[in-house]
Amino acid sequence: MRDELKKRVVKTPDGQELEIEPLRDYYCEAPPTVMPAAYSKIVEGLFNWARAESLWILGFGTGCGAIEMRPLMTPRFDAYRYGIQWRPTPRQANLFVISGYLSVKTLKRVIRSYEQMQNPKYVVGLGSCTINGGMYFDSYNTITRLDEYLPVDVYIAGCMPRPEALLSGFEELKRIIKSGKAEGANRYAENFDWYKANQKRVIQDWDMPDYNW
Amino acid sequence: MEFEWIKIPYSMLTLFIVANYGFLLTAVMAKIAARVGRRHGIPVWQNYLDLIKNYGLRSSITHGVMYYLGPVFRLSGGVGLLLFVPTIYGTEMFSNMSFAGDLILALYFVFFGALGMALGAAESGHPHSAIGVSRGLSQVTAAELPFALAVFAVALQYQTLSITEIVAAQQGGVLHWTLFSNPFAVAAAMLSFLGSMMRPPFDVVLAPQEIPIGPPTEYHSSYLALLQTNRAIFPIAKIVVYMNLFFGGAASWPVFFLKVFLIYLFSVFVGVAFPRFRVEQSIRWFLVSAVPLGVIAIVLV
Repeated sequence: MRDELKKRVVKTPDGQELEIEPLRDYYCEAPPTVMPAAYSKIVEGLFNWARAESLWILGFGTGCGAIEMRPLMTPRFDAYRYGIQWRPTPRQANLFVISGYLSVKTLKRVIRSYEQMQNPKYVVGLGSCTINGGMYFDSYNTITRLDEYLPVDVYIAGCMPRPEALLSGFEELKRIIKSGKAEGANRYAENFDWYKANQKRVIQDWDMPDYNW
Repeated sequence: MEFEWIKIPYSMLTLFIVANYGFLLTAVMAKIAARVGRRHGIPVWQNYLDLIKNYGLRSSITHGVMYYLGPVFRLSGGVGLLLFVPTIYGTEMFSNMSFAGDLILALYFVFFGALGMALGAAESGHPHSAIGVSRGLSQVTAAELPFALAVFAVALQYQTLSITEIVAAQQGGVLHWTLFSNPFAVAAAMLSFLGSMMRPPFDVVLAPQEIPIGPPTEYHSSYLALLQTNRAIFPIAKIVVYMNLFFGGAASWPVFFLKVFLIYLFSVFVGVAFPRFRVEQSIRWFLVSAVPLGVIAIVLV
């Protein structure tokens, strides 16, 4: 536990004494809950269609795969045509692309960012590293199976997958969302304890609350 | 003055037409900017999909009352600006709630949304929001100065504060427009226009590459959807003011659509051609290039 995260008493310039407990004060500790779909099937279908056609990717590059996202934004492949846009903040994004190998240090940030995204949210694992560790299968500080830490909707295999493969993977994700089967956020909430135990097993310096939105 | 209840459905109709036109127009402008970069860009209906998706998010969190009210203030700034300015000149149906002193109210509404947003974003507690708000407010304030000068010049020129009367004075041919009768005021106002459209070179406030992504960093789901609706309505409402003051207003919807498109295109045209200013550069640019034009306009009147 880092020093600045410990509970302490500080004195204000007025001489008032305040008790500060950063983990309590700065974060919400409520665990995620399963969010039901809209009451009407028609409305949920409309929402799912809109969600599928408006994928906002969180601008977070974890490994070497992030380099494959640039051709998607630029004229050669131009993913904007398919309703795929990039957002810089997890609050507004609904798709997290884990782009390549994920070191344990990055996993911590990925979990925090993922939990700040709003339900429904989707995860795409890009490259072999997210499936079985790829060429880092025996590395001491990268995770090998992404699915144990976050609920993954689609894997895109390859090392590296070309931008065409990414586009085809996004089309597959759209198909899954439209059929109403992309409930990753709810799966995460249902199996919250299992995911947390897995995450804590690899992250040694766990200095954040269990759930931080 | 008698209040006529029929004005309420009429202005709702105006709002509906303008909002839809705004959604389509911003997408078309994004497409035009994308074509300059040799891309195809988003589909024209993308804004609607984003809106439905944001309303359809299942979870949302709030940071407090002001956080909640920020987008509401922002949207009421845009809607208020639109409703108190005559949209189509000479029709009872689309004159909205315009009255004798509406020019002053319009000036106020242009600024209202930015202030509301500042309060809301500040309560979200995100440092990027605070930085974005301080940048945005300083830039909007600097951009507002030449516009205010131009508005005073126009009000002096026509000796009235009613937008309807200003439009009436410009009827009778292109050469009667303020554009030709008071070119300095129009020049100052159009430079100020660039600053308020959140496009390059003045989009450092919202540009995702700078500080992600400025004031709306913490906004999501329905809050963001309100902000998106405002991003469709507010530019059009502002352009309506410009069109009425400087470009002879519009007497029918086709003329309205054309003029709004061309005025909007001006900011996109500048935006794709010039790189982004930092905030202190843009403030200096407004004070050095635009304000003197406004002063000249007032002196000449």
